[in-house]
Amino acid sequence: MQKFISVTGVAAPLMKANIDTDVIIPVKRLIGYQRHELGAFALEALRFLPDGSENPEFVLNQPRYREAKILVTAENFGCGSSRESAVWALASFGFQCIIGPGFGDIFTNNAFQNGLLLIRLPATEVDSIAAELAGEPSPVMTVDLQDCTVTTPSGRQIAFEIDDERRQALLEGRDEIGMTLMRDAEIVAFQERDRAARPWIYDTTPRAVAAT
Amino acid sequence: MAVQMQPRALFDKVWAPHVVTELSGGVSLLAIDRHLLHDLEAGAIMKRLADRGLRPRNPELTFGVPDHAVATDPRRRAEATPNSARLLREMKDGAAAVGITYFDLDTEGQGIVHVIGPELGLTQPGMTIVCADSHTCTHGALGALSFGIGATEVAHVLATQTLRQVKPKILRINLSGRIAPGVTAKDIILATIGQIGTGAGRGHAIEYAGETVRAMTINERLTVCNLSIELGAKIGMIAPDDTTFEYLAGRAYAPQGEMFDRALAYWRSLPTDDGARFDTEHNIDVGRIAPQISWGTSPQDVIAIDGRVPDPAKEADPQRRSAMEAALSYMGLAPGAAIEGTPIDWVFIGSCTNGRLSDIREAARVVAGRKVAPNVKAWVVPGSEATQRAAEREGLDKIFLSAGFEWRKSGCSMCAGVNGDTVPPGKRSVSTTNRNFVGRQGPNARTHLASPVTAAAAAIAGCITDARKVG
Repeated sequence: MQKFISVTGVAAPLMKANIDTDVIIPVKRLIGYQRHELGAFALEALRFLPDGSENPEFVLNQPRYREAKILVTAENFGCGSSRESAVWALASFGFQCIIGPGFGDIFTNNAFQNGLLLIRLPATEVDSIAAELAGEPSPVMTVDLQDCTVTTPSGRQIAFEIDDERRQALLEGRDEIGMTLMRDAEIVAFQERDRAARPWIYDTTPRAVAAT
Repeated sequence: MAVQMQPRALFDKVWAPHVVTELSGGVSLLAIDRHLLHDLEAGAIMKRLADRGLRPRNPELTFGVPDHAVATDPRRRAEATPNSARLLREMKDGAAAVGITYFDLDTEGQGIVHVIGPELGLTQPGMTIVCADSHTCTHGALGALSFGIGATEVAHVLATQTLRQVKPKILRINLSGRIAPGVTAKDIILATIGQIGTGAGRGHAIEYAGETVRAMTINERLTVCNLSIELGAKIGMIAPDDTTFEYLAGRAYAPQGEMFDRALAYWRSLPTDDGARFDTEHNIDVGRIAPQISWGTSPQDVIAIDGRVPDPAKEADPQRRSAMEAALSYMGLAPGAAIEGTPIDWVFIGSCTNGRLSDIREAARVVAGRKVAPNVKAWVVPGSEATQRAAEREGLDKIFLSAGFEWRKSGCSMCAGVNGDTVPPGKRSVSTTNRNFVGRQGPNARTHLASPVTAAAAAIAGCITDARKVG
C-alpha cells in the first residue's frame, strides 16, 4: 500500500447523499478489468449521459474540477455492496481523500486497505467546505494526515479525528496481512484454546442428510 | 465471592471471545469461524495469495460456491454466461489446490451463498462469519456475527483466519405488535428502513428483538437480517432460540449427537441479558405496517401498497427534495399518484432476501390457477439447488410454469445483474430483492422492492396491486 502523508490538490464538491457503490462502479465493470483500469468507469452513471457522452453538468466534468484529488461529498457515501472495486475505481480516477459526514461501513474498511483516506466531519462543516469550493476559481485544498488537518482554499484550517491504528497504517503504507502474519503465535494460541472450548467450530466434515 | 457480571448483549457475547488480541487504536484482531467465497472475485484473490507465496491458514473453515455470475437458464452449463466459465474454473481450481470445499453447479450445496449457509448448517449461533458480499448480514438470523468484507480482507482471512476490525456500537430494534394479515417479514423490514432511514445503522451492529421476532420462522428472520445493510449496518443479529436449534438439528454441517448438545449449551448462553445497554434503540409497532412497495431509488423510499407517491414539493430539506425529484424522474412516477395500478413489465422472485422455499410457497399460493398478465415477463429463481428440488417435490414449479412464469436455476440472477440477467432499460420490475439503486437491475431499469406475495400478485395483475385484494 502507498504511504499517505499529505495531499494538496483540487477538491470537487459532490453534494448528493447516499451515493452507493453501484453508482461508484457498476457491476458490469467488475469482470474483465484490472484495478488500475477502473478509474475510467468511476461514477459512470453520473459522469456520462445514456448515449455515452460526458454529462457537462456533472461536477467532475467541469474544467476546474477535472484534476480533483479530493472529493467532498454528502451523507452515507459508499453505502451498499461490499465491492472493493468501488475504492479501486475512485483511487484509479485520482482520488486520494474523500471528505464527508459519514461513509458506508464496509466501504470504509476497503478504503483504508487501499490507502484512500476518508475524513469524517460534521455535516455543517462539510456543507461549508462545499460552498467554498463551489465559489472558488481555484478550488485547491490540503489534507495533512500528520497533523490531522484540512485546509480550505481560503486558508481555514479544520482539525479532523481518525482511528490511530488506521492513521499509522496509512502514514507507513503498511501491509496488514504482513503485520498480522507476524502475530501467528497469538493466533495459534487462540485456536488451541478455542478448539478445546468450541470443538464443533473446527470439525467441518459434513454428514449425509436425507433430502429435505 | 461471586463476580457480578455486567448484563451483556448478544453482540458482545459473540464478539468478545473472538478477540485474539487488542491492537492499538481501537482495532481488534478478530478470529473468523466461517469464511464463504463466491465466484465474483474468489479465483483472483486466491491467485494473488498464491503469487505471494501464502496458503490459506485454515482451508477447512472456508467454503466456496458460485452464485453471482452463474447462468440461471434451466439448461445452464458453466460456460453459459460470458465470463462465468473463466471465473468458475479459476475458483474451482483455486479451491481444489488448497483444500477448500467447493459446492459445484448441479449439486445440492450450490446456491446463493447466503441461502446455502443456513441451509447446510454452516451458519451457526455464536460464530463469526464473513464473505465478500454485503448481504452476509443475513446469517445473523441464527445468532451469528456475520458481515460483508472487501477483497483485501478476503485475502487477510485466507492468510490468517482473522480480521482487523473496529468494534461497532450496538443498536436494538424492538419489533412488537400483531402482524396484520397479508403482511410479511419483508414488509416489516422495508417499513422499518422507511421509518428510520438507510443511515440509521451505520457504525452499529443491529439486534432485532421483541415478540414479533420471537414468533418468526428462521426464513422470516433471514429476510429481516438480510436488509440490515440497507439500514447501513454491516451486522444484523437475532438471538438464537428453540426455533433456531430445531432448524439446525440434522443439517449437513451442524454438529451432531453429543457435540450438538455441547454446542447447544453454549448457544443457550448467547441471548442478550436483561438490562443490557444499547447505544441506540428503536421501537417499531408492526401492527401499523401494511404491505410495502418502494417508489424511489433507495430502500428507504417505501410506501404502503395502497399509498401515494410522495410529493417532493412538500419536502423542506432541499438536498432531500432534489434526491426525491431525481428518483421520481428515474422511476417515471408522478408525485401524488396512487402506486397501485402502475403498469409493470417484469417480476423477479428470488435473491438472498426472498429466494427461500417459504417465499416460493407464498408466491405460489397467489399464482395457483392464474395466468401471468400478457404484458409481463415473470421469473422465479430459487435461492439454491436444494430449495429448487424441494419446491419441485411439492409441485410448485408446475404452478409457476402453467401460470406462465419461467422456473430457473439458482443464483443471484437479476438481483445483482452480473450474469447478464437484467431488466431491460426503461422497463419496470417488481422484485423481491434488496436494492432499488439506479442501474442495479440493469442500466435504467426501474425496480420496485416488495415481498414475494406482492410480486406474484403484480405478475398476475400486470400492474402494482394490493395482494390482499387478489385474495
